Amino acid sequence: MRADPAEFRLVSPGDLQVVLSLLASEPTEWLPIAGGTDLMVLYSAGKLPNRKLVNIWNIPELRQIEVFPDTIRIGAACTYTALRGHDDVSREFPLLAAAASWTGGIANQNRGTLGGNIANASPAADSLPALLVYDAEVTLISVRGNRRVAYRDFHQGYKQTALAADELIRDISLPRRFSGYVSHARKVGARNAQAISKVCLAALGIIANGAIRDARLALGSVAPIPLRLHETERSLAGKKIEPSLIGTVRQSVEREIRPIDDIRSTARYRAAVAANLVVEFLEKLATERTRA
Amino acid sequence: MVTAKDIPGKNCISLILDDQPCLAAETVNHPEEPILLLAHADCRMLRKAVDAVSIEYEPLPPVHTMEESERQSTIIWGTDNAFKSYLVEKGDVEAVWKDAAHIVEGEYFTGAQEQLYIENNGVIAAFDPEDGVTVWGSLQCPYYVHKALMALCGLPEDKIRVVQMETGGAFGGKEEYPSMIAGHAALLSIKSQRPVKIVYDRMEDMVATTKRHPSRTRHRTAVSKDGQILGGEIEFTIDGGAYATLSSVVLSRGTIHAGGPYYWPSVRIRAKAVATNTPPHGAFRGFGAPQSLFAMERHMDHIAQVAGISPVEVRRRNFLKPGQTTTTEQTIREDIDLDHLLGRALELSDYAAKKARFAEENRSGMRKKGMGIAAFLHGAGFTGSGERYLNSLVGVEAGADGGVRVLVSSAEFGQGTNTVLCQIAAEALALPYEGVMIARPDTTVVPNSGPTVASRTAMIVGTLVQSAAQGIKQTLMKTGLLGDNYTPEQFRASCGQFIRTHGALKSYARYEAPGDVYWDDEKYRGEAYAAFAWAVYVAEVSVDLTTYAVTVDDFVALQEVGKVLHPVLAEGQITGGVAQAIGFALYEKVVWQNGRMINNQMTNYIMPTSADLPPIRVFFEQLGNVHGAHGAKGIGELPMDGPAPAIVNGVEDAIGVRFRSIPLLPEDVFEALQPEPPRQQGPSSTRGTT
Repeated sequence: MRADPAEFRLVSPGDLQVVLSLLASEPTEWLPIAGGTDLMVLYSAGKLPNRKLVNIWNIPELRQIEVFPDTIRIGAACTYTALRGHDDVSREFPLLAAAASWTGGIANQNRGTLGGNIANASPAADSLPALLVYDAEVTLISVRGNRRVAYRDFHQGYKQTALAADELIRDISLPRRFSGYVSHARKVGARNAQAISKVCLAALGIIANGAIRDARLALGSVAPIPLRLHETERSLAGKKIEPSLIGTVRQSVEREIRPIDDIRSTARYRAAVAANLVVEFLEKLATERTRA
Repeated sequence: MVTAKDIPGKNCISLILDDQPCLAAETVNHPEEPILLLAHADCRMLRKAVDAVSIEYEPLPPVHTMEESERQSTIIWGTDNAFKSYLVEKGDVEAVWKDAAHIVEGEYFTGAQEQLYIENNGVIAAFDPEDGVTVWGSLQCPYYVHKALMALCGLPEDKIRVVQMETGGAFGGKEEYPSMIAGHAALLSIKSQRPVKIVYDRMEDMVATTKRHPSRTRHRTAVSKDGQILGGEIEFTIDGGAYATLSSVVLSRGTIHAGGPYYWPSVRIRAKAVATNTPPHGAFRGFGAPQSLFAMERHMDHIAQVAGISPVEVRRRNFLKPGQTTTTEQTIREDIDLDHLLGRALELSDYAAKKARFAEENRSGMRKKGMGIAAFLHGAGFTGSGERYLNSLVGVEAGADGGVRVLVSSAEFGQGTNTVLCQIAAEALALPYEGVMIARPDTTVVPNSGPTVASRTAMIVGTLVQSAAQGIKQTLMKTGLLGDNYTPEQFRASCGQFIRTHGALKSYARYEAPGDVYWDDEKYRGEAYAAFAWAVYVAEVSVDLTTYAVTVDDFVALQEVGKVLHPVLAEGQITGGVAQAIGFALYEKVVWQNGRMINNQMTNYIMPTSADLPPIRVFFEQLGNVHGAHGAKGIGELPMDGPAPAIVNGVEDAIGVRFRSIPLLPEDVFEALQPEPPRQQGPSSTRGTT
C-alpha cells in the first residue's frame, strides 16, 4: 500500500443531510466514498488526491430500488449485486443486469455501486452504455436542493460530468417502456472475467412492418465519454435489415466513434469491433423478428 | 541509508558471472536498477523519504531490442553485447541442401512473461554481530541466496543463515531475484543493526523482477519430397536484459530443445543470449524450452504444408526412435514410442473427426474452429554436466521416537515437493506416509540438495532421498536392531535403541553421475539430460471473427513422464502448466516502454482466469526410466512447452493465417485479417480509459 492512512480523514455520518452539509462546507475537499472499488485502488497506489472522505455506504435512502408504474428508481449506492438480483431490473432492463454481471468479480459487485460507476465517469465503464439507451435520468442532490439531469447530458468530456462539487448523485430513474425491445449486450474485454472493456455495446431495437422502428445504440471505450450513436440510430430508422444496410452502418459507426490507442488496445481494433458488435446486434434483431 | 559504499563484501549478486551489482555505484543499466536503500522504523515515512531523494542521470544511448543489441553500434555489455553463445553441430549440414526437395524457412518470436506467483518477493533480514546475517523469505533456492549473501556481506559460510518460509508459487521467479532483495535487506540490517523487512507490492514486483526471456528463432530446413527432415540450421536468440544472471543456462536448455522430438540427420544450431537495457530476464518454468519449442512446432506445420502432407504425418515421419540420436548426439535408450503417443492423443481428442467437421462448419458463421497439435520433450534435471557440478547432498534422520525427517534444501512452493519426498522416504523405509516429516529448508539444518528448479526434485533429489532413507534401514539392520521384515513399531523401537547407544541416526546420500552419461561442454555434444519426458498435446480452438479473440475450447495433454509418484499432484502440475502456457500463448503481453514494463498491474497484464480456460484433460503413459526414484522423471516444466504451438497451429487450421509470434492477441488476429496494413500511427495518446 502506497498511501499513509494517517494522512486521510474518513467520516461516516450515516445521514444524508450531514453528508450534504459537509460537501457544501468544503466542496472540493470532501470526496464521497460508497463501495470504494475505484477509490481504494487509487488510494492503494498512492494516487488519491483528496484527503477527506465521507462515507455514503450507510445511507439507507441511497440504497433502495423503488418500482413505480412508469419508472424504476435506483438509489445511487445500490450495488451491482443488488441490480443483478432485482427481478424487475433483470426482466425489464436486461442490458443493465448484464453489465452489472460483467463488472469486476463477485467481491467488486458486492461493493461497487451504480452511482459510483457514473461519478467515476470512465468511458470504459460497463453499465453506462445501458443507462444511455434506456434514457436514464439522474437526480443530483445538494444543500441547494434537487435537480434532475437527463443522463445523455451528464458526461461532458473525459472524466468531466454535470455533477457539481457539492452534489451527490441521489438516484437513477429508468422509464419502464423498453420491455418490448430486442436487446443485445456484449462486452469485449481482454479476458472473460475481471477485465476492463476494450469495447462494450448496449443496444435496443424494435421492428415494425418489417423495418426498424427504433434502434438505440451506445458504446463504451470508444470515445472520451460513454457514447450514444445518435447518427447511426437515425440512419437505421425506417430501414429494412438487409446486406446493403450493413455496409452503411459499419461506416456510420466508425464515423461516429473516436477510439484511441492505449495500453489495452488499438483505435483500429476498437473501431472494427464496435462496428462488428452493431452488425451482430442488427443480425440478432432481424432473426428475432423472423421468429416473432 | 545504504549505498554501494556501505557494502562490506563484493558489490555483486553472485550467481554464475558476478556482473550484476547489488547497488549501482556509477552506472545503471536498466530503469529499475537499485541505487540507494532506505529503511525506517515506520514504513509510511519511507514514501516521504523517497520523495526527498533526487537522482540526476546522465543519459547514455540505450539498447532496447535484440536487433539493436546484435548490431553492436552501442556496446552495453562485454565487448559484443553477448552474454553467451553456443554452437551445436551434428553431421554435415552443407551437404543436405542440394538433395532437398524443399527448403523451408521460418522466423518465430515469443514474448516476455511474468510469473505472477501468489505473494510478491519478500524477505526479512536480521544481523547479529555474533551470529551474522539471517534471512527468512519467499524463495526457491536457499543455497543460492546463501552463496550471494556470503559474497555481498563478506561473511563466512556459518555466519549466513537462509530460511525458506511458506512460498506461494515461484515458477522460477524466486530462483535468482530473492538473492537481490535478501541482499538489500541484509545490507540495511547490518547498517541499522535492526531487523529489516522488505516486501514488494505487486507493481514493484512486476516492474523490477525477472520475466521469461523474449526469443527469436530462425529455421532453415532441408526436407525430402515425402516430408522427412534431412538437416537444417536453427538460430536461437534470447533477450537477457541488462545482466548475465541465468541467461547462459536458459539459453542452453532452449538450444538443446530447439530440434524438438525429431531425428535430425544433420543440424547446426547457433544460439546467443544478448544484452538489452531492461531488467534482467530470468528463470521461468520451461527455462528456454517453451521458446525454442514454440518455433519448432510451428515450423513443423509449415514443413507439412510445403511438403503437402498433414501435420500428423509430418511428425510421424520425423519422430525420434529408440537407438537414434538427438541434435546433441545423445542416443535414445528409452523404449519410447512417439508414434503411439501421437495416435493416442489424436484418439483422446477425437482429432480426425473434429478436424473434418470444423472444415465443413467453417464455411459459414463468425466462429471458426480448428485443431492444433504439438509434440515435444523436456529434459529432466540440470543440463549436461550441471548435476555433476551441483554435487547434491541429501539427508534423512531418525529420532529416538522413530520419527523420520527428510533433510533437503528443496523447497515446497505449491508443486508438492514435501509430499512426494516424504512419500519416497516412507516407501523406502516401509513406513506409513504419516511417519515421515520434512525439515523446513534452513541452511543451518539441511544440506545443499541443490536448487528447486529444472524439474529435478522428484527425479534427482527423490533418488537421493530414497538412498539416504535406505541408509537408515541398512544401519539399523547391520547393527542387528532390525530384521528383514519389520513393523513400524519395530522400526521405532530400533531407532530408540540405536540412538541410546550411538547418539544420532542420520544418513546422507550424495549425487553420483551415472557412469554412462557423457557430456562435452565445449562442443555441446553428448548426453544432455539423464532422462526426457515426452508429450503430445492437442488444442481445439475457436476464433471469433466478431471480436478476433482466440479461445481454447478443449485441451488434451498426454505425456510419458515415467512413474507418476502422486497422481493428484502430477495432474495438478500439468493442469497448472497448461493454464500458464495458455496465458503465454494468448493473453500475457508485457508492454515495454524504454526498457520498462508499463502494464505492471494485474488489470492490464492479462492472465487468463478460470472463465477463460477450457477443460484440461490430463493423461499419462508410463514406460519407466532407469534414473529416477521409482522411475519418475521431471514433470514441472513439461506442460509449459506444448500448449502455445498447439494453440497457434489450431488457429492456423481455423482461419488459415500463419502466425509466427506469441502472445497472439485479438488485435494481432484483427490486423492479420485486414486487407491493408495499419496506417502510420503516432505516439499513442496518454489519455487512459479507466
